[in-house]
Amino acid sequence: MKQKNKFLFIIIVFTFFYFMPFSSSKILNALMESLLMAQDYARQHVLLCLIPAFFIAGAIANFISQENIIKYFGAEANKFLSYTVASVSGTILAVCSCTVLPLFAGIYKRGAGIGPATSFLYSGPAINILAIILTARVLGFELGLARATGAIIFSIVIGLSMHFIFHEDEKEKIKDKSLFSESNTQEERPLWQTAFYFTTLIGILIFANWGKDESLKIWQVIYSSKWYITGILLIILFWMLVKWFNKEERAQWVSSSWSFAQQILPLLLGGVLVAGFLLGRPGSEALIPKIWIGNLVGGNSLWSNLFASVVGAFMYFATLTEIPILQGLLGAGMGKGPALALLLAGPALSLPNMLVIRSILGTKKTLVFIFLVVTMATLSGMLFGYFF
Amino acid sequence: MKIEILGIGCSKCKKLHELVEEAVNELGVSTEITKVTDINKIIDYGVMATPALVIDGDVKIAGKIPEKEEIKRWIEEKKNEIIS
Repeated sequence: MKQKNKFLFIIIVFTFFYFMPFSSSKILNALMESLLMAQDYARQHVLLCLIPAFFIAGAIANFISQENIIKYFGAEANKFLSYTVASVSGTILAVCSCTVLPLFAGIYKRGAGIGPATSFLYSGPAINILAIILTARVLGFELGLARATGAIIFSIVIGLSMHFIFHEDEKEKIKDKSLFSESNTQEERPLWQTAFYFTTLIGILIFANWGKDESLKIWQVIYSSKWYITGILLIILFWMLVKWFNKEERAQWVSSSWSFAQQILPLLLGGVLVAGFLLGRPGSEALIPKIWIGNLVGGNSLWSNLFASVVGAFMYFATLTEIPILQGLLGAGMGKGPALALLLAGPALSLPNMLVIRSILGTKKTLVFIFLVVTMATLSGMLFGYFF
Repeated sequence: MKIEILGIGCSKCKKLHELVEEAVNELGVSTEITKVTDINKIIDYGVMATPALVIDGDVKIAGKIPEKEEIKRWIEEKKNEIIS
């Protein structure tokens, strides 16, 4: 099997180089765009935004105890809390897509049931911390905020709808309390220290990326002294790391940040290169003509929004790659509404992931869920496109 | 001894599989390594975070990739339990 795969791989590479019309100006231009877009990312987004974001994600994975959150998904938990926690906990629990589906299955089968489970499934991937940071940075603050709030609000709507449609089927489920009970590992760090540590990390990210804004005096003052503020925060962070954390914890923090970087950077680079090759940077055209994009997802019509959410729902986006792809699309004339629709429907669903969901929920519930996701994404896209 | 690796096929699960194979080879124990990819079965182990490692029915770790040395220690422990 291995030899056969190698052979196939060689054949594909060979045909690619044999037939690709590299000398055509269209292809050359597209290649150039793809390289320039990768350079844009390298220069603008990696050092100040992605690297601090990896450290934040690493800190979340290490120093926030997941059990404390998971207990709100148990069968006995207060329903109001279950939905609220389900809609926002993706920031902390969904740093990797491999954590979303098992948790979803656990909540559905052994815990709070279909409502909170689908809420979590919808909002989780969309509001993971890396996704929000990079969306806001690359696609603009409004779209980042709209993505987060849209995901949170609509996840509750979807969860409640699923609950009301299907709560009759829920009765005979096995409830397993032990899965959702608090573990016996006690936290050795007081809460205020953890909170202060995270605030500092997020502060570093925000101030290091502070943009120029002349509208208010205070923004200008912050802008001109942003490196001092960032520097002071770094010193505070260093002090905390020495005082509050032991050697092993520091090593764990670095190693899990590093594993996020390893996992995400290659995918993101691939996504940027492909997006650059097909769509080009904002303002320039690459392989796909702008008119096509404008016709399909330009403006803010019902059709554009619906098209964007259906495509988003079926297509698979590797973690964070939806961002360069959308950047390319927006630059080529996609409307802001359809962009949000795609951001909302995209990471929550994909064809492979639908098949797993179907094995958990069954065909009927999965179809209803997909229908709800597409409808909600379309609606919120239209709403957003109307206002911005 | 029966070693099971629970995971729905993400990169971390593959990594864990490799590590376990290495650990088993280095120790030279005879075991059966199986992958459990059906999410419904994974939940039956009481695991909600993948990848997870199960040795003879005991969930050893979930949601994290352990060090190879740690895997070796678990296997040795199990082996000693079986003998005694």
